[in-house]
Amino acid sequence: MRAEHRNARPYEERHVKGTFALRRPVRRIARYALLVGMAVVVAFPIYITVVNALLPSAQIGARPPILFPTHPQWGSFRAAFSEAHLGIYLRNSAIVTIGITAAQLITSVLAAYAFVFLRFPARRVIFMVCIATLMVPLEATILPNYRTIEMLGWYNTFPALIVPFVGSGIGIFLFRQAFLGLPRDLRDAATLDGYGHLRFLTRVVLPLNRPVTAAFGIYAFLTAWNQYLWPLLVTQTNSVRTVQIGLRQLSISNFNQLDVVFAGTVLGALPIFVLLFVFQRQLVRGLTAGALKG
Amino acid sequence: MGARHRARGAHARQRPQSRPLRKAGAAYLFVLPALVAFGVFVFYPLVKTAYLGFFTSPPAPNLPSHYVGLTQYRAVLSSSDFLDSLWRTVQFVLYTVPAGIVLGIGLAMLANQRLAGIRIFRTIYSSTVATSAAVAAVIFFTLLNPQVGLLSYWLGRKGGSGVLQSSSLALPAVSVVTIWQNIGFTFILMSAALQSVPDDLLEAARVDGASSWLRFRSVTIPLLSPMIFFTTIVGVIGGFQSFGQIDILTQGGPNNHTLLLIYDLYQQAFKYDNTGYAAVLSVALFGILLLLTFMQFWFFQRRVFYAR
Repeated sequence: MRAEHRNARPYEERHVKGTFALRRPVRRIARYALLVGMAVVVAFPIYITVVNALLPSAQIGARPPILFPTHPQWGSFRAAFSEAHLGIYLRNSAIVTIGITAAQLITSVLAAYAFVFLRFPARRVIFMVCIATLMVPLEATILPNYRTIEMLGWYNTFPALIVPFVGSGIGIFLFRQAFLGLPRDLRDAATLDGYGHLRFLTRVVLPLNRPVTAAFGIYAFLTAWNQYLWPLLVTQTNSVRTVQIGLRQLSISNFNQLDVVFAGTVLGALPIFVLLFVFQRQLVRGLTAGALKG
Repeated sequence: MGARHRARGAHARQRPQSRPLRKAGAAYLFVLPALVAFGVFVFYPLVKTAYLGFFTSPPAPNLPSHYVGLTQYRAVLSSSDFLDSLWRTVQFVLYTVPAGIVLGIGLAMLANQRLAGIRIFRTIYSSTVATSAAVAAVIFFTLLNPQVGLLSYWLGRKGGSGVLQSSSLALPAVSVVTIWQNIGFTFILMSAALQSVPDDLLEAARVDGASSWLRFRSVTIPLLSPMIFFTTIVGVIGGFQSFGQIDILTQGGPNNHTLLLIYDLYQQAFKYDNTGYAAVLSVALFGILLLLTFMQFWFFQRRVFYAR
């Protein structure tokens, strides 16, 4: 579709060139200037964080400010990783995020499968109940949930960070939508081949729905990784704190070692930056689909 | 909806009435994990929160709480503390959402040109989508530090009181951080919408002699409007849930000037042990977000409808 649109361009360019041949380079420079200017505004906070992480602590407050590290010091990253516990925080975030993402994928796919391919009493009502969870924000449930976690003896443990989020209304909704788009005869054919539900699900349905699986997986991952309020409430020690809470600790406690704070911030942000570059396309799809929940 | 009919059709066809019980059993097994999670961590706590709002918290931890019925709801929801934090949240939303959308559209327009190297700019503009609220907040917390912060220096605020310690500037500063953090997300959404604006439509307008501003106003903006609406609702919901940046940058200070609804709720519940009060705030927040979510669903259904 996009290729078609592109075809419209040559005409326009000829048109513009013919009339404003002289103004063209000036306009082009102006456009680039604007692009670069906005890029500087958007990227500067990230750029300067990386630069400051590479500067010795004493130079960070230097006036006039140093905007380029002539002698980069990589030691701050090592300090952030071990002494400022970023290594542990990252490990914890990985455990929690992968746990939540995997659980949400499994529970959502199973439920969506039942809603599309199985008939059972109260199917519609149960589906509505699942969708209704989309309307309940975490903030409206934290008081009793905190007590539940305490009662279960899970305070300051990984289950406290993972188990409350194993179900996902948006996941069920998205997978159901996707499964409804499958050809109707698929299940019949699979039944004839002697496929049970689980085999049909894993061998036929899921391979046919890789895009939505990737999109939802990324959305779930990002949402879980970025969680702040709940991990703040149920963690108390570094052994289970996630990166987001670790960054908070870092900014509170390590302020006399600014280069470590900056290096820690870079380390804490790095995994998602990598994810962004590797899965750019899926991320866009996941974000637009997942934005439903906000 | 077409989907619904199709679903019904699919089931009508594959209805071999044999072993219906076993089938139903399998189905319940499939939905059970999600349902149990929802029951324990969504529906039960939602009802319980509303119930907790009927009790006032005791002045000391070991005393019993008192049942007061709806009195507490009425008292809290009409209190100036609640109205103030609600108004502050609305202000925060007004600072962040329109500016974010204008910036997002502007960047998307900029990056939608056919120029060499445009992909680099697209990547840069979408980069902040990788920053969480905490990452953005820590970056700006150091940049705004009155002693060593670069932004404080450039704003001419070295030493003395920092931006985040100023009662008039703290909320705008938190808003700027939020806008910056969200810009990548808004840019991605707006770019996607912009790329679906057909070129021939713009071309037709150009042939008819429409200036570039008129083309933008009368062709591009109307075609972007579904995405603008969508982004607005998502932004408002996000605004009401913004917590991390407040917690790291200001903790609601100075003098409650950045005490948004959600931060008030957090402090009442977990700092002051004022469970009843916090429960009422939870219910209020739930009501507000429910309204916004309904608007979003309504929009999403229309969009799905049009997409078919």
